[in-house]
Amino acid sequence: MLSANMVELSYLVASVLIIFALKGLANPESARRGNAFGMLGMGIATLVTLQLDSVQNYAWILAAIGVGGLIGGVVARKVPMTHMPQTVAFMHSLVGLAAVLIAVSACYDPVAYGIANAEGGLYTASRIELFLGTFIGAITFTASLVAFGKLHGLLSGQPLVFPGQHMVNLALGVVMIAAGVMFCVTGAWVPFLVMLAVALVLGVLLIVPIGGADMPVIVSMLNSYSGWAAAGIGFTLGNNMLIVAGALVGSSGAILSYIMCKAMNRSLFNVLLGGFGGDAGAGAASGEVIARPVKSGAAEDAAFMIANARSVVIIPGYGLAVARAQHVLKEMVDVLIKQGVDVKFAIHPVAGRMPGHMNVLLAEADVPYDIVFEMDEINSELSDTDVALIIGANDVVNPAAKTDPASPIYGMPIIEASKARHVIVVKRSLAAGYAGLDNDLFYMDQTMMLFADAKKACESVLKSLD
Amino acid sequence: MNVDALQGTVQAAQDSSVDPLISSITVFVLAIVVGYHVVWNVTPALHTPLMSVTNAISSIVIVGALLAAGPVEMNLATVLGLIAVGLASVNIFGGFMVTHRMLSMFKKRK
Repeated sequence: MLSANMVELSYLVASVLIIFALKGLANPESARRGNAFGMLGMGIATLVTLQLDSVQNYAWILAAIGVGGLIGGVVARKVPMTHMPQTVAFMHSLVGLAAVLIAVSACYDPVAYGIANAEGGLYTASRIELFLGTFIGAITFTASLVAFGKLHGLLSGQPLVFPGQHMVNLALGVVMIAAGVMFCVTGAWVPFLVMLAVALVLGVLLIVPIGGADMPVIVSMLNSYSGWAAAGIGFTLGNNMLIVAGALVGSSGAILSYIMCKAMNRSLFNVLLGGFGGDAGAGAASGEVIARPVKSGAAEDAAFMIANARSVVIIPGYGLAVARAQHVLKEMVDVLIKQGVDVKFAIHPVAGRMPGHMNVLLAEADVPYDIVFEMDEINSELSDTDVALIIGANDVVNPAAKTDPASPIYGMPIIEASKARHVIVVKRSLAAGYAGLDNDLFYMDQTMMLFADAKKACESVLKSLD
Repeated sequence: MNVDALQGTVQAAQDSSVDPLISSITVFVLAIVVGYHVVWNVTPALHTPLMSVTNAISSIVIVGALLAAGPVEMNLATVLGLIAVGLASVNIFGGFMVTHRMLSMFKKRK
Protein backbone atom coordinates (compact mmCIF):
# COMPACT_ATOMS: atom_id res chain seq x y z
CA MET A 1 0.00 0.00 0.00
CA LEU A 2 1.33 3.41 -0.94
CA SER A 3 1.40 6.17 1.65
CA ALA A 4 -1.01 9.07 1.22
CA ASN A 5 1.85 11.27 0.03
CA MET A 6 2.94 8.71 -2.55
CA VAL A 7 -0.63 8.49 -3.83
CA GLU A 8 -0.77 12.27 -4.25
CA LEU A 9 2.60 12.31 -6.02
CA SER A 10 1.51 9.51 -8.37
CA TYR A 11 -1.61 11.52 -9.19
CA LEU A 12 0.68 14.48 -9.93
CA VAL A 13 2.69 12.34 -12.37
CA ALA A 14 -0.56 11.25 -14.03
CA SER A 15 -1.70 14.89 -14.33
CA VAL A 16 1.55 15.88 -16.02
CA LEU A 17 1.31 12.93 -18.43
CA ILE A 18 -2.22 14.04 -19.35
CA ILE A 19 -0.96 17.56 -20.11
CA PHE A 20 1.72 16.00 -22.35
CA ALA A 21 -1.00 14.04 -24.15
CA LEU A 22 -2.63 17.30 -25.23
CA LYS A 23 0.68 19.02 -25.90
CA GLY A 24 1.64 16.21 -28.29
CA LEU A 25 -1.26 17.14 -30.58
CA ALA A 26 0.65 20.23 -31.72
CA ASN A 27 1.72 18.18 -34.73
CA PRO A 28 0.95 14.73 -36.14
CA GLU A 29 4.49 13.48 -35.51
CA SER A 30 4.37 13.95 -31.74
CA ALA A 31 0.67 13.17 -31.41
CA ARG A 32 1.04 9.38 -31.24
CA ARG A 33 3.61 9.65 -28.47
CA GLY A 34 1.30 12.11 -26.73
CA ASN A 35 -1.54 9.60 -26.88
CA ALA A 36 0.74 6.99 -25.29
CA PHE A 37 1.50 9.46 -22.48
CA GLY A 38 -2.23 9.91 -21.98
CA MET A 39 -2.80 6.17 -21.70
CA LEU A 40 0.10 5.85 -19.27
CA GLY A 41 -1.29 8.68 -17.13
CA MET A 42 -4.74 7.12 -17.07
CA GLY A 43 -3.21 3.72 -16.22
CA ILE A 44 -1.23 5.15 -13.30
CA ALA A 45 -4.28 7.00 -11.97
CA THR A 46 -6.43 3.86 -12.10
CA LEU A 47 -3.85 1.51 -10.58
CA VAL A 48 -3.02 3.90 -7.75
CA THR A 49 -6.71 4.22 -6.92
CA LEU A 50 -7.23 0.45 -7.09
CA GLN A 51 -4.54 -0.17 -4.46
CA LEU A 52 -6.15 2.19 -1.91
CA ASP A 53 -7.24 0.49 1.31
CA SER A 54 -10.85 1.56 0.82
CA VAL A 55 -11.06 -0.17 -2.58
CA GLN A 56 -11.52 -3.90 -1.99
CA ASN A 57 -14.34 -5.00 -4.27
CA TYR A 58 -11.90 -6.27 -6.91
CA ALA A 59 -13.94 -8.99 -8.62
CA TRP A 60 -16.83 -6.68 -9.46
CA ILE A 61 -14.60 -3.74 -10.34
CA LEU A 62 -12.49 -5.77 -12.76
CA ALA A 63 -15.65 -7.18 -14.30
CA ALA A 64 -17.01 -3.64 -14.83
CA ILE A 65 -13.71 -2.47 -16.35
CA GLY A 66 -13.58 -5.59 -18.53
CA VAL A 67 -17.10 -5.20 -19.91
CA GLY A 68 -16.72 -1.44 -20.42
CA GLY A 69 -13.29 -1.81 -21.96
CA LEU A 70 -14.49 -4.48 -24.36
CA ILE A 71 -17.42 -2.36 -25.56
CA GLY A 72 -15.15 0.68 -25.91
CA GLY A 73 -12.53 -1.31 -27.80
CA VAL A 74 -15.04 -2.75 -30.26
CA VAL A 75 -16.59 0.66 -30.89
CA ALA A 76 -13.14 2.21 -31.41
CA ARG A 77 -12.21 -0.43 -33.98
CA LYS A 78 -15.47 -0.58 -35.89
CA VAL A 79 -16.77 2.97 -36.03
CA PRO A 80 -16.52 4.55 -39.52
CA MET A 81 -14.69 7.87 -39.55
CA THR A 82 -17.76 9.62 -40.96
CA HIS A 83 -19.52 8.64 -37.70
CA MET A 84 -16.98 10.28 -35.41
CA PRO A 85 -19.21 13.23 -34.44
CA GLN A 86 -21.99 11.04 -33.07
CA THR A 87 -19.48 8.67 -31.46
CA VAL A 88 -17.90 11.57 -29.62
CA ALA A 89 -21.34 12.89 -28.63
CA PHE A 90 -22.28 9.46 -27.30
CA MET A 91 -19.08 9.27 -25.27
CA HIS A 92 -19.77 12.69 -23.78
CA SER A 93 -23.10 11.39 -22.57
CA LEU A 94 -21.34 8.49 -20.83
CA VAL A 95 -19.04 10.90 -18.96
CA GLY A 96 -22.07 12.94 -17.93
CA LEU A 97 -23.96 9.87 -16.71
CA ALA A 98 -20.90 8.55 -14.86
CA ALA A 99 -20.50 11.92 -13.11
CA VAL A 100 -24.19 11.86 -12.07
CA LEU A 101 -23.94 8.30 -10.74
CA ILE A 102 -20.83 9.15 -8.74
CA ALA A 103 -22.52 12.21 -7.28
CA VAL A 104 -25.66 10.26 -6.31
CA SER A 105 -23.46 7.57 -4.79
CA ALA A 106 -21.53 10.19 -2.81
CA CYS A 107 -24.78 11.65 -1.44
CA TYR A 108 -25.99 8.19 -0.48
CA ASP A 109 -22.81 7.09 1.24
CA PRO A 110 -20.46 10.03 1.98
CA VAL A 111 -18.38 7.89 4.35
CA ALA A 112 -16.98 5.82 1.46
CA TYR A 113 -15.58 9.01 -0.06
CA GLY A 114 -14.16 10.34 3.20
CA ILE A 115 -16.26 13.48 2.85
CA ALA A 116 -18.65 12.86 5.75
CA ASN A 117 -18.84 15.10 8.80
CA ALA A 118 -19.04 13.77 12.37
CA GLU A 119 -22.71 12.75 11.98
CA GLY A 120 -22.08 10.89 8.72
CA GLY A 121 -23.74 13.64 6.67
CA LEU A 122 -22.23 15.91 4.04
CA TYR A 123 -20.35 19.15 4.71
CA THR A 124 -21.96 22.22 3.20
CA ALA A 125 -18.94 22.74 0.91
CA SER A 126 -19.30 19.16 -0.38
CA ARG A 127 -23.01 19.74 -1.00
CA ILE A 128 -22.28 22.78 -3.13
CA GLU A 129 -19.69 20.83 -5.12
CA LEU A 130 -22.06 17.90 -5.55
CA PHE A 131 -24.82 20.23 -6.71
CA LEU A 132 -22.55 21.73 -9.39
CA GLY A 133 -21.13 18.37 -10.47
CA THR A 134 -24.55 16.74 -10.65
CA PHE A 135 -26.37 19.34 -12.70
CA ILE A 136 -23.49 19.82 -15.15
CA GLY A 137 -23.20 16.03 -15.49
CA ALA A 138 -26.96 15.60 -15.95
CA ILE A 139 -27.22 18.30 -18.63
CA THR A 140 -24.17 16.83 -20.40
CA PHE A 141 -25.80 13.39 -20.32
CA THR A 142 -29.19 14.17 -21.87
CA ALA A 143 -27.93 16.98 -24.14
CA SER A 144 -25.28 14.66 -25.59
CA LEU A 145 -27.85 11.93 -26.14
CA VAL A 146 -30.04 14.33 -28.15
CA ALA A 147 -26.97 15.54 -30.07
CA PHE A 148 -26.10 11.89 -30.78
CA GLY A 149 -29.65 11.24 -32.02
CA LYS A 150 -29.55 14.25 -34.33
CA LEU A 151 -26.10 13.45 -35.71
CA HIS A 152 -26.90 9.79 -36.21
CA GLY A 153 -30.17 10.58 -37.96
CA LEU A 154 -32.34 8.97 -35.26
CA LEU A 155 -33.87 12.38 -34.59
CA SER A 156 -34.63 15.06 -37.15
CA GLY A 157 -31.83 17.57 -37.67
CA GLN A 158 -34.47 20.29 -37.97
CA PRO A 159 -34.51 22.70 -35.06
CA LEU A 160 -37.55 22.18 -32.82
CA VAL A 161 -38.86 25.55 -31.72
CA PHE A 162 -42.07 26.32 -29.88
CA PRO A 163 -43.48 29.53 -28.48
CA GLY A 164 -42.25 30.46 -25.04
CA GLN A 165 -39.34 28.03 -25.34
CA HIS A 166 -36.81 30.35 -23.75
CA MET A 167 -39.20 31.21 -20.92
CA VAL A 168 -39.76 27.50 -20.19
CA ASN A 169 -36.00 26.90 -20.12
CA LEU A 170 -35.48 29.92 -17.90
CA ALA A 171 -38.21 28.78 -15.48
CA LEU A 172 -36.73 25.28 -15.33
CA GLY A 173 -33.29 26.75 -14.74
CA VAL A 174 -34.65 28.77 -11.82
CA VAL A 175 -36.39 25.69 -10.35
CA MET A 176 -33.18 23.68 -10.73
CA ILE A 177 -31.05 26.29 -8.97
CA ALA A 178 -33.65 26.78 -6.22
CA ALA A 179 -33.76 23.04 -5.56
CA GLY A 180 -29.96 22.94 -5.63
CA VAL A 181 -29.71 25.72 -3.08
CA MET A 182 -32.25 23.92 -0.86
CA PHE A 183 -30.10 20.80 -1.09
CA CYS A 184 -26.99 22.78 -0.17
CA VAL A 185 -28.74 24.18 2.91
CA THR A 186 -30.61 21.09 4.13
CA GLY A 187 -28.71 18.18 2.58
CA ALA A 188 -32.07 16.43 2.02
CA TRP A 189 -32.74 13.93 -0.76
CA VAL A 190 -35.92 15.43 -2.21
CA PRO A 191 -34.43 18.73 -3.44
CA PHE A 192 -31.41 16.81 -4.75
CA LEU A 193 -33.59 14.51 -6.84
CA VAL A 194 -35.76 17.42 -8.05
CA MET A 195 -32.61 19.26 -9.11
CA LEU A 196 -31.33 16.15 -10.89
CA ALA A 197 -34.63 15.52 -12.72
CA VAL A 198 -34.96 19.13 -13.86
CA ALA A 199 -31.34 19.15 -15.07
CA LEU A 200 -31.99 16.01 -17.12
CA VAL A 201 -35.03 17.62 -18.78
CA LEU A 202 -33.18 20.88 -19.31
CA GLY A 203 -30.40 19.05 -21.16
CA VAL A 204 -32.94 17.84 -23.73
CA LEU A 205 -34.69 21.20 -24.08
CA LEU A 206 -31.45 23.10 -24.56
CA ILE A 207 -30.44 21.03 -27.61
CA VAL A 208 -33.76 20.46 -29.46
CA PRO A 209 -33.93 24.00 -30.93
CA ILE A 210 -30.45 23.71 -32.43
CA GLY A 211 -30.25 22.74 -36.10
CA GLY A 212 -28.12 19.93 -37.47
CA ALA A 213 -25.73 22.35 -39.13
CA ASP A 214 -24.78 23.90 -35.79
CA MET A 215 -23.85 20.54 -34.31
CA PRO A 216 -20.05 21.13 -34.58
CA VAL A 217 -20.42 23.92 -32.05
CA ILE A 218 -22.68 21.85 -29.82
CA VAL A 219 -20.41 18.80 -29.83
CA SER A 220 -17.47 21.05 -28.87
CA MET A 221 -19.53 22.68 -26.15
CA LEU A 222 -20.59 19.33 -24.69
CA ASN A 223 -16.93 18.32 -24.78
CA SER A 224 -16.31 21.30 -22.57
CA TYR A 225 -19.23 20.43 -20.24
CA SER A 226 -17.97 16.88 -19.77
CA GLY A 227 -14.67 18.37 -18.58
CA TRP A 228 -16.36 20.71 -16.11
CA ALA A 229 -18.42 17.78 -14.80
CA ALA A 230 -15.20 15.84 -14.16
CA ALA A 231 -13.67 18.87 -12.43
CA GLY A 232 -16.81 19.12 -10.28
CA ILE A 233 -16.33 15.53 -9.10
CA GLY A 234 -12.68 16.43 -8.45
CA PHE A 235 -13.77 19.25 -6.15
CA THR A 236 -16.11 16.90 -4.28
CA LEU A 237 -13.36 14.37 -3.71
CA GLY A 238 -10.68 17.00 -3.11
CA ASN A 239 -8.70 15.27 -5.85
CA ASN A 240 -6.33 17.60 -7.71
CA MET A 241 -5.78 15.21 -10.61
CA LEU A 242 -9.49 15.17 -11.45
CA ILE A 243 -9.57 18.94 -11.20
CA VAL A 244 -6.58 19.28 -13.55
CA ALA A 245 -7.92 16.78 -16.10
CA GLY A 246 -11.41 18.29 -15.97
CA ALA A 247 -10.11 21.84 -16.37
CA LEU A 248 -7.95 20.83 -19.36
CA VAL A 249 -10.90 19.17 -21.10
CA GLY A 250 -13.19 22.03 -20.16
CA SER A 251 -10.91 24.68 -21.64
CA SER A 252 -10.22 22.53 -24.69
CA GLY A 253 -13.92 22.23 -25.50
CA ALA A 254 -14.47 25.93 -24.86
CA ILE A 255 -11.68 26.88 -27.27
CA LEU A 256 -13.04 24.53 -29.94
CA SER A 257 -16.54 26.02 -29.57
CA TYR A 258 -15.03 29.48 -29.96
CA ILE A 259 -13.11 28.44 -33.09
CA MET A 260 -16.25 26.89 -34.63
CA CYS A 261 -18.39 29.94 -33.86
CA LYS A 262 -15.77 32.21 -35.37
CA ALA A 263 -15.58 30.06 -38.50
CA MET A 264 -19.36 30.46 -38.94
CA ASN A 265 -19.33 34.12 -37.87
CA ARG A 266 -21.92 33.39 -35.18
CA SER A 267 -21.86 34.11 -31.49
CA LEU A 268 -22.19 31.21 -29.09
CA PHE A 269 -25.28 32.91 -27.69
CA ASN A 270 -26.83 33.02 -31.15
CA VAL A 271 -26.13 29.30 -31.69
CA LEU A 272 -27.58 28.37 -28.31
CA LEU A 273 -30.79 30.33 -28.91
CA GLY A 274 -31.20 28.02 -31.87
CA GLY A 275 -33.62 27.89 -34.76
CA PHE A 276 -30.89 28.45 -37.35
CA GLY A 277 -30.42 26.19 -40.35
CA GLY A 278 -34.08 25.30 -40.68
CA ASP A 279 -36.73 26.24 -43.19
CA ALA A 280 -36.70 29.94 -42.38
CA GLY A 281 -33.37 30.62 -44.07
CA ALA A 282 -34.10 28.54 -47.15
CA GLY A 283 -37.55 30.09 -47.62
CA ALA A 284 -36.26 33.64 -47.47
CA ALA A 285 -33.51 33.02 -49.94
CA SER A 286 -35.43 31.00 -52.51
CA GLY A 287 -37.44 34.08 -53.47
CA GLU A 288 -34.31 35.93 -54.48
CA VAL A 289 -32.80 33.29 -56.69
CA ILE A 290 -32.90 34.45 -60.28
CA ALA A 291 -32.07 32.10 -63.11
CA ARG A 292 -28.64 33.20 -64.26
CA PRO A 293 -26.50 31.68 -66.99
CA VAL A 294 -23.83 29.26 -65.84
CA LYS A 295 -21.06 27.60 -67.76
CA SER A 296 -21.16 23.90 -67.35
CA GLY A 297 -18.73 21.35 -68.67
CA ALA A 298 -18.07 17.64 -68.84
CA ALA A 299 -15.62 15.63 -66.79
CA GLU A 300 -13.25 15.53 -69.80
CA ASP A 301 -13.09 19.34 -69.83
CA ALA A 302 -12.32 19.38 -66.12
CA ALA A 303 -9.63 16.72 -66.57
CA PHE A 304 -8.04 18.73 -69.38
CA MET A 305 -7.98 21.88 -67.25
CA ILE A 306 -6.43 20.34 -64.18
CA ALA A 307 -3.95 18.18 -66.10
CA ASN A 308 -2.61 21.30 -67.83
CA ALA A 309 -2.54 23.39 -64.67
CA ARG A 310 0.63 24.20 -62.78
CA SER A 311 -1.14 24.36 -59.44
CA VAL A 312 -4.47 22.98 -58.24
CA VAL A 313 -6.15 23.65 -54.91
CA ILE A 314 -8.89 21.21 -53.96
CA ILE A 315 -11.55 22.56 -51.61
CA PRO A 316 -13.58 19.67 -50.18
CA GLY A 317 -16.84 19.98 -48.27
CA TYR A 318 -18.92 17.44 -46.41
CA GLY A 319 -20.65 16.54 -49.70
CA LEU A 320 -17.41 14.74 -50.57
CA ALA A 321 -17.75 12.46 -47.57
CA VAL A 322 -21.48 11.94 -48.13
CA ALA A 323 -20.71 10.71 -51.66
CA ARG A 324 -17.83 8.58 -50.28
CA ALA A 325 -15.57 10.09 -52.92
CA GLN A 326 -12.40 10.55 -50.80
CA HIS A 327 -10.63 7.45 -52.08
CA VAL A 328 -11.27 8.12 -55.78
CA LEU A 329 -10.23 11.71 -55.23
CA LYS A 330 -6.98 10.51 -53.68
CA GLU A 331 -6.29 8.31 -56.74
CA MET A 332 -6.93 11.31 -58.95
CA VAL A 333 -4.53 13.40 -56.87
CA ASP A 334 -1.85 10.70 -57.16
CA VAL A 335 -2.10 10.77 -60.96
CA LEU A 336 -1.90 14.57 -61.00
CA ILE A 337 1.14 14.65 -58.71
CA LYS A 338 2.84 12.07 -60.91
CA GLN A 339 2.18 14.35 -63.89
CA GLY A 340 3.93 17.17 -62.08
CA VAL A 341 0.92 19.20 -60.98
CA ASP A 342 1.25 20.97 -57.63
CA VAL A 343 -1.84 19.76 -55.73
CA LYS A 344 -2.95 21.11 -52.37
CA PHE A 345 -6.06 20.73 -50.26
CA ALA A 346 -7.73 23.66 -48.52
CA ILE A 347 -9.86 22.95 -45.46
CA HIS A 348 -12.40 25.32 -43.97
CA PRO A 349 -12.84 24.84 -40.20
CA VAL A 350 -16.50 23.87 -40.68
CA ALA A 351 -15.90 21.64 -43.70
CA GLY A 352 -16.85 18.53 -41.72
CA ARG A 353 -19.39 17.75 -39.02
CA MET A 354 -17.01 18.42 -36.15
CA PRO A 355 -13.75 20.33 -35.72
CA GLY A 356 -10.99 18.77 -37.84
CA HIS A 357 -13.36 16.15 -39.26
CA MET A 358 -12.40 16.69 -42.92
CA ASN A 359 -8.70 16.28 -42.08
CA VAL A 360 -9.41 12.86 -40.58
CA LEU A 361 -11.53 11.83 -43.58
CA LEU A 362 -8.72 12.82 -45.96
CA ALA A 363 -6.10 11.11 -43.79
CA GLU A 364 -8.23 7.96 -43.86
CA ALA A 365 -8.09 8.09 -47.67
CA ASP A 366 -4.27 8.24 -47.39
CA VAL A 367 -3.97 11.89 -48.40
CA PRO A 368 -0.64 12.96 -46.86
CA TYR A 369 -1.21 15.65 -44.24
CA ASP A 370 1.54 17.92 -45.56
CA ILE A 371 -0.48 18.75 -48.69
CA VAL A 372 -3.55 19.61 -46.58
CA PHE A 373 -3.73 23.27 -45.52
CA GLU A 374 -5.98 25.34 -43.30
CA MET A 375 -8.01 28.24 -44.68
CA ASP A 376 -5.66 30.90 -43.32
CA GLU A 377 -2.59 29.19 -44.74
CA ILE A 378 -3.96 28.81 -48.26
CA ASN A 379 -5.91 32.02 -48.90
CA SER A 380 -2.82 34.06 -49.81
CA GLU A 381 -1.82 31.41 -52.36
CA LEU A 382 -5.13 31.23 -54.20
CA SER A 383 -4.50 34.27 -56.41
CA ASP A 384 -1.50 32.39 -57.78
CA THR A 385 -3.42 29.17 -58.32
CA ASP A 386 -4.44 27.93 -61.76
CA VAL A 387 -7.45 25.83 -60.78
CA ALA A 388 -9.55 25.76 -57.64
CA LEU A 389 -11.50 22.51 -57.59
CA ILE A 390 -14.49 22.66 -55.26
CA ILE A 391 -16.09 19.35 -54.35
CA GLY A 392 -19.15 19.20 -52.14
CA ALA A 393 -18.58 22.63 -50.60
CA ASN A 394 -20.76 25.70 -51.04
CA ASP A 395 -21.15 28.34 -48.34
CA VAL A 396 -17.48 28.21 -47.33
CA VAL A 397 -16.47 29.54 -50.78
CA ASN A 398 -19.35 32.02 -51.21
CA PRO A 399 -17.83 35.41 -52.05
CA ALA A 400 -20.94 37.14 -50.68
CA ALA A 401 -19.43 36.59 -47.23
CA LYS A 402 -16.81 39.20 -48.16
CA THR A 403 -18.63 41.48 -50.60
CA ASP A 404 -22.33 41.62 -49.73
CA PRO A 405 -23.13 43.24 -46.37
CA ALA A 406 -26.79 42.20 -46.81
CA SER A 407 -25.91 38.51 -46.92
CA PRO A 408 -26.69 36.46 -43.81
CA ILE A 409 -23.20 34.99 -43.97
CA TYR A 410 -21.49 38.38 -44.39
CA GLY A 411 -18.34 38.43 -42.29
CA MET A 412 -17.89 34.67 -42.24
CA PRO A 413 -14.31 33.77 -43.16
CA ILE A 414 -14.20 31.92 -46.49
CA ILE A 415 -11.72 30.14 -48.71
CA GLU A 416 -11.24 32.69 -51.48
CA ALA A 417 -11.67 30.33 -54.42
CA SER A 418 -12.84 33.17 -56.69
CA LYS A 419 -9.26 34.49 -56.75
CA ALA A 420 -8.03 31.46 -58.67
CA ARG A 421 -7.61 31.73 -62.46
CA HIS A 422 -10.12 28.95 -63.06
CA VAL A 423 -12.72 27.48 -60.77
CA ILE A 424 -14.33 24.07 -61.20
CA VAL A 425 -17.33 23.33 -59.00
CA VAL A 426 -18.47 19.73 -58.69
CA LYS A 427 -22.08 19.80 -57.54
CA ARG A 428 -25.20 17.80 -58.25
CA SER A 429 -27.37 20.84 -58.95
CA LEU A 430 -27.55 24.55 -58.30
CA ALA A 431 -29.38 23.94 -55.01
CA ALA A 432 -28.48 26.22 -52.14
CA GLY A 433 -26.20 25.24 -49.27
CA TYR A 434 -27.30 24.88 -45.66
CA ALA A 435 -27.46 28.64 -45.19
CA GLY A 436 -30.01 28.62 -48.04
CA LEU A 437 -28.04 31.09 -50.15
CA ASP A 438 -27.28 31.39 -53.80
CA ASN A 439 -23.56 31.44 -54.56
CA ASP A 440 -22.17 34.11 -56.92
CA LEU A 441 -19.09 32.01 -57.49
CA PHE A 442 -21.13 29.63 -59.67
CA TYR A 443 -21.92 32.41 -62.16
CA MET A 444 -18.47 33.96 -62.50
CA ASP A 445 -16.62 34.02 -65.81
CA GLN A 446 -13.80 31.79 -64.70
CA THR A 447 -16.14 29.19 -63.20
CA MET A 448 -17.11 25.90 -64.81
CA MET A 449 -19.82 23.80 -63.19
CA LEU A 450 -19.49 20.04 -63.33
CA PHE A 451 -22.97 18.77 -62.52
CA ALA A 452 -22.47 15.30 -61.08
CA ASP A 453 -22.30 13.27 -57.92
CA ALA A 454 -18.87 13.84 -56.35
CA LYS A 455 -17.79 10.21 -56.62
CA LYS A 456 -18.91 9.78 -60.24
CA ALA A 457 -17.27 13.09 -61.17
CA CYS A 458 -13.95 12.04 -59.64
CA GLU A 459 -14.14 8.66 -61.35
CA SER A 460 -14.81 10.24 -64.75
CA VAL A 461 -12.05 12.81 -64.33
CA LEU A 462 -9.67 10.04 -63.29
CA LYS A 463 -10.59 8.03 -66.38
CA SER A 464 -9.99 11.03 -68.64
CA LEU A 465 -6.61 11.70 -67.03
CA ASP A 466 -5.20 8.29 -67.91
CA MET B 1 12.85 32.68 20.93
CA ASN B 2 11.04 31.84 24.15
CA VAL B 3 8.28 29.26 24.47
CA ASP B 4 5.46 31.79 24.68
CA ALA B 5 6.50 33.45 21.47
CA LEU B 6 6.76 30.06 19.76
CA GLN B 7 3.26 29.09 20.87
CA GLY B 8 2.03 32.43 19.62
CA THR B 9 3.55 31.76 16.21
CA VAL B 10 1.99 28.28 16.01
CA GLN B 11 -1.39 29.73 16.97
CA ALA B 12 -1.10 32.39 14.28
CA ALA B 13 -0.15 29.76 11.71
CA GLN B 14 -3.22 27.69 12.61
CA ASP B 15 -5.52 30.67 12.38
CA SER B 16 -4.24 31.49 8.94
CA SER B 17 -4.34 27.87 7.67
CA VAL B 18 -5.93 27.70 4.24
CA ASP B 19 -9.21 25.98 3.50
CA PRO B 20 -8.57 22.96 1.21
CA LEU B 21 -11.17 24.43 -1.15
CA ILE B 22 -8.84 27.36 -1.82
CA SER B 23 -5.97 25.10 -2.87
CA SER B 24 -8.42 23.18 -5.11
CA ILE B 25 -9.45 26.46 -6.72
CA THR B 26 -5.77 27.37 -7.16
CA VAL B 27 -5.09 24.10 -8.97
CA PHE B 28 -8.28 24.53 -11.03
CA VAL B 29 -7.42 28.03 -12.24
CA LEU B 30 -3.79 27.14 -13.02
CA ALA B 31 -4.95 24.07 -14.98
CA ILE B 32 -7.32 26.22 -17.04
CA VAL B 33 -4.41 28.55 -17.89
CA VAL B 34 -2.24 25.56 -18.88
CA GLY B 35 -5.12 24.09 -20.90
CA TYR B 36 -5.70 27.38 -22.69
CA HIS B 37 -2.08 27.57 -23.84
CA VAL B 38 -1.69 23.91 -24.71
CA VAL B 39 -4.93 23.71 -26.69
CA TRP B 40 -4.28 26.83 -28.78
CA ASN B 41 -1.08 25.10 -29.87
CA VAL B 42 -2.95 22.06 -31.17
CA THR B 43 -2.90 22.05 -34.96
CA PRO B 44 -6.44 22.44 -36.40
CA ALA B 45 -5.86 19.29 -38.47
CA LEU B 46 -5.92 17.30 -35.23
CA HIS B 47 -9.02 18.82 -33.66
CA THR B 48 -11.04 15.61 -34.03
CA PRO B 49 -8.37 13.48 -32.27
CA LEU B 50 -8.21 16.27 -29.67
CA MET B 51 -11.90 15.77 -28.96
CA SER B 52 -11.69 12.01 -28.77
CA VAL B 53 -8.66 12.10 -26.48
CA THR B 54 -10.21 14.72 -24.20
CA ASN B 55 -13.19 12.40 -24.06
CA ALA B 56 -10.96 9.65 -22.72
CA ILE B 57 -9.28 12.10 -20.35
CA SER B 58 -12.53 13.35 -18.84
CA SER B 59 -13.23 9.71 -17.97
CA ILE B 60 -10.64 10.24 -15.23
CA VAL B 61 -13.85 10.35 -13.15
CA ILE B 62 -13.21 6.59 -12.97
CA VAL B 63 -11.16 7.49 -9.87
CA GLY B 64 -14.34 8.68 -8.15
CA ALA B 65 -16.27 5.69 -9.47
CA LEU B 66 -13.66 3.29 -8.06
CA LEU B 67 -13.96 4.89 -4.63
CA ALA B 68 -17.74 4.46 -4.79
CA ALA B 69 -17.45 0.86 -5.95
CA GLY B 70 -14.70 0.11 -3.41
CA PRO B 71 -16.48 -1.30 -0.32
CA VAL B 72 -17.03 -5.07 -0.39
CA GLU B 73 -20.55 -4.95 1.03
CA MET B 74 -22.87 -3.99 -1.77
CA ASN B 75 -25.45 -1.25 -1.42
CA LEU B 76 -26.96 1.35 -3.76
CA ALA B 77 -23.78 3.45 -3.60
CA THR B 78 -21.53 0.55 -4.61
CA VAL B 79 -23.79 -0.54 -7.46
CA LEU B 80 -23.97 3.00 -8.87
CA GLY B 81 -20.20 3.18 -8.51
CA LEU B 82 -19.75 -0.07 -10.45
CA ILE B 83 -21.98 1.16 -13.28
CA ALA B 84 -19.95 4.38 -13.39
CA VAL B 85 -16.73 2.32 -13.53
CA GLY B 86 -18.13 0.46 -16.55
CA LEU B 87 -19.25 3.65 -18.33
CA ALA B 88 -15.92 5.37 -17.72
CA SER B 89 -14.08 2.26 -18.99
CA VAL B 90 -16.03 2.37 -22.27
CA ASN B 91 -14.75 5.91 -22.75
CA ILE B 92 -11.19 5.31 -21.61
CA PHE B 93 -10.62 2.33 -23.88
CA GLY B 94 -12.82 3.66 -26.70
CA GLY B 95 -11.39 7.19 -26.52
CA PHE B 96 -7.71 6.31 -26.48
CA MET B 97 -8.07 3.53 -29.05
CA VAL B 98 -10.06 5.55 -31.56
CA THR B 99 -7.58 8.43 -31.13
CA HIS B 100 -4.74 6.04 -31.82
CA ARG B 101 -6.58 4.73 -34.88
CA MET B 102 -7.06 8.23 -36.25
CA LEU B 103 -3.52 9.38 -35.52
CA SER B 104 -2.03 6.40 -37.30
CA MET B 105 -3.87 7.53 -40.46
CA PHE B 106 -1.98 10.82 -40.60
CA LYS B 107 1.01 10.19 -42.84
CA LYS B 108 3.54 12.41 -44.55
CA ARG B 109 4.17 12.46 -48.29
CA LYS B 110 6.34 9.54 -49.31
